Amino acid sequence: MEPQLSWYLALSAVLFTIGVTGVIIKRNIISMFMCIELMLNAVNLTFVAFASFFQDVTGQLFVFIVMTVAAAEAAVGLGIIIAMFRNRESLDVDDASILKL
Amino acid sequence: MLALLFILFGALAIGCALAMVAQRNPLYSAISLIGVFISLACLYVMLAAPFIAAVQVIVYAGAIMVLVVFVIMLLNVEQEERRRTRLRFLVPTAVVLAAILIAEVAFILVSVQEFRVSPSGAVSDIGLTHSIGPALFTRYLLPFEITSILLLMAIVGAITLARRGGLLGTRSTDSQK
Repeated sequence: MEPQLSWYLALSAVLFTIGVTGVIIKRNIISMFMCIELMLNAVNLTFVAFASFFQDVTGQLFVFIVMTVAAAEAAVGLGIIIAMFRNRESLDVDDASILKL
Repeated sequence: MLALLFILFGALAIGCALAMVAQRNPLYSAISLIGVFISLACLYVMLAAPFIAAVQVIVYAGAIMVLVVFVIMLLNVEQEERRRTRLRFLVPTAVVLAAILIAEVAFILVSVQEFRVSPSGAVSDIGLTHSIGPALFTRYLLPFEITSILLLMAIVGAITLARRGGLLGTRSTDSQK
C-alpha cells in the first residue's frame, strides 16, 4: 500500500501541533526557538508532499526559501538571545517581559 | 513497503518531537530536534525530493543546529527551573488548543478524503537539481533575490546584535571613549 497524500498532511499537522504546544508551555527561550524550527519543518513537509503528489517543482522551491528564512532567523534570533543573556543573566522569557533590553 | 517506511519515519519524527517538548534540558531537546530533521529528510527521499533531503541534512541538521548547540553550550544553560505558580494554567491551555487544532485538521482531512491524488511513481525529474535550478533562476527570480536581501539583512543584524558595546551592548564603553 502506497502512502497517501493525507498521511503526509496528517503527520505534518501533528508535528506542527507539537511545535505550537512547545512554544506555549516552554519558558526557556532557546527551547521556544527550537519549537519554532519544528513548526517550520512541519510546513516544509506539507510543501514537499504537495510538490511530489502534484508533480510540480514550485513546492520544493518554496521549501528552499523557507530554509533560507530559517537560517536568517537562527542567526538573528541567537544574536538576540545572547544579547538578552548578557543583559539579564537569564534565558527565561518571563524575565524579558519588557521590550527594552 | 513504502507504507512501512512511512510509519517508521513518521513515528520516529513524532517521538523525537514529543521528546523535544518533554525534555527540560535544552541540549537534549536539540539532539531530539536533530532526530526529527533526519527522519524528515528520510521522508523527503521517499517523496522523490533528494535535493531537498540533502539540503535538510546539511543546512538544518548541520548548520542551524550546530549554531543552536553552540549557543546552548556558550551560555551554559542548566535545567529549566521549576514552573512558577502563575504560569500553571499554561499546560492545560496548551493541551486544549492542541486538541482543537488536531480536531480541525482531522475534520478537514476526513471531509476532503474523496479527493484522491494518485502518486505518479513514474520516472520524473521533479525534485532533482536540474529541474529546481531553472525554475529558481527564471520564474522565481524575484523571491530568490528577495531572499538574498533578507540574508544580507540577517548578516548585518547579527553583527550589530553581537557586537560588544554596540547597539544593544553596554553603552558605557562607548561613552568613555
